[in-house]
Amino acid sequence: MKVYIPSPLRSYTAQQSEVQATGATIAELLTDLNRQYPGIRFRMIDEQDAIRPHMRIFVNGEQVWGLDTSLAAADEVHILQALSGG
Amino acid sequence: MKKTVQKSALAKSASKAATKSAGNSVALLVATKKGGFILVSDPKRRQWETRGPIFLGNIVHHMVLDPRDGKTLLMAAKTGHLGPTVYRSTNFGKTWKEAAKPPAFAKAPDGQKGLVVDHVFWLTSGHHSEPNVWYAGTSPQGLFRSEDGGDTWESVTGFNDHPMRSAWTGGGQDGTPDGPKMHSILIDPRDANHMYIGMSSGGVFESTDKGADWKPFNVGCVVDFLPDPNPEFGQDPHCVRLHPLNPDILYQQNHCGIYRIDRSSPENGNRWARIGEKMPKAVGDIGFPMVLHPRDPNTCWVFPMDGTQVWPRTAPGGKPAAYVTRNGGKKWQRLDNGLPAGQAWFTVFRQAMTADAHDPVGVYFGTTGGEIWGSTNEGEKWTCLVRHLPHVYAIEAVELK
Repeated sequence: MKVYIPSPLRSYTAQQSEVQATGATIAELLTDLNRQYPGIRFRMIDEQDAIRPHMRIFVNGEQVWGLDTSLAAADEVHILQALSGG
Repeated sequence: MKKTVQKSALAKSASKAATKSAGNSVALLVATKKGGFILVSDPKRRQWETRGPIFLGNIVHHMVLDPRDGKTLLMAAKTGHLGPTVYRSTNFGKTWKEAAKPPAFAKAPDGQKGLVVDHVFWLTSGHHSEPNVWYAGTSPQGLFRSEDGGDTWESVTGFNDHPMRSAWTGGGQDGTPDGPKMHSILIDPRDANHMYIGMSSGGVFESTDKGADWKPFNVGCVVDFLPDPNPEFGQDPHCVRLHPLNPDILYQQNHCGIYRIDRSSPENGNRWARIGEKMPKAVGDIGFPMVLHPRDPNTCWVFPMDGTQVWPRTAPGGKPAAYVTRNGGKKWQRLDNGLPAGQAWFTVFRQAMTADAHDPVGVYFGTTGGEIWGSTNEGEKWTCLVRHLPHVYAIEAVELK
């Protein structure tokens, strides 16, 4: 499925803003992303498997909150960051 | 006897290093809120070139050279929104590679709340007998060890899973505004098994088995903000330093004053002595950094800040100055020649002051306002080396060979 990558994470994807990855859940999708782009998962997901603050994941335009959310092959996943701060 | 022999060897080595460093350029490894920078001097330390930024936009808490090879740099970094990591360069900053496995706490069992590393705060290279070993201190307080030059990091379970860890650290409400920290990871150059750590909050702790177990090491350090001012732990050391030539001597800039201990003393080897009481009363002995002379264990520098009432943490009276003692704290001398005479309200963070190995020693500090100041004569005269950098978190001075 198509996964949209925010600019702070594109150093992992050779600056690609869209990549392909597979998985039946968000957790599996992130595992596949990390297989292709080592290190990218830990920047988004902490060691307790929680989505880090300011990091948001949308599936087909709807925000999801847990890594166990199911995915279908035709889904589109947006990984976004709330770039607040100074 | 063994210690005396080793001390003598350390002294000879340092003396040789000072002689060699006379013609060396110095590099300052600068960690800032917005990235890393490297300032490089000419051999006389008069002209400075600023290189960088490195990883612009990353919050860099510490950048450290591996003294064992003179070319490997480790950098503790994160952004405001991405998780924490460590970058490694094996060519003094020309290229960088991210750690394959950054420091992270163990996953908690289902149903339990686990710890999460917010940022890596402190990096210390391991003992000279362990060439690929590094230690990292994190916020919240955690200790991590790498045995492959900083590529993969493992939890030091002797601390992170210690049944007293929660009590020692005081929990999340007992730390600095951007998170409680482990810092001042000190390795005894005589013994790789002998270590100290400092925690804000928590105090100083000692291990004699390479981190497998820890004991509070705070006797004598007053805690004027707790109901019991003399607890076993709960102190707030801001910066602890161990003298490289006489590792029995440690200094500490604490939240509650400046302290020194000489472990070889038969009477007071286990008790910190407050040496800041000899500081001028109008200035006080509160501050963040502590810098030791590379050869003279009786000389150290501090940079006082205002710790009165609501704790502005700025230069007292808006008149910044370093202070030096040359006799282990019996007497202090103000060093403000060249610094602003007034209306200067910056702060110098705990890692943002350092010394080189030259003779006379170069002393350097970075400010919350993005300036780096330096002195080639041990603080007698200060010069602003660079302005307009981001908020400076840390500076390490290294000799370029």
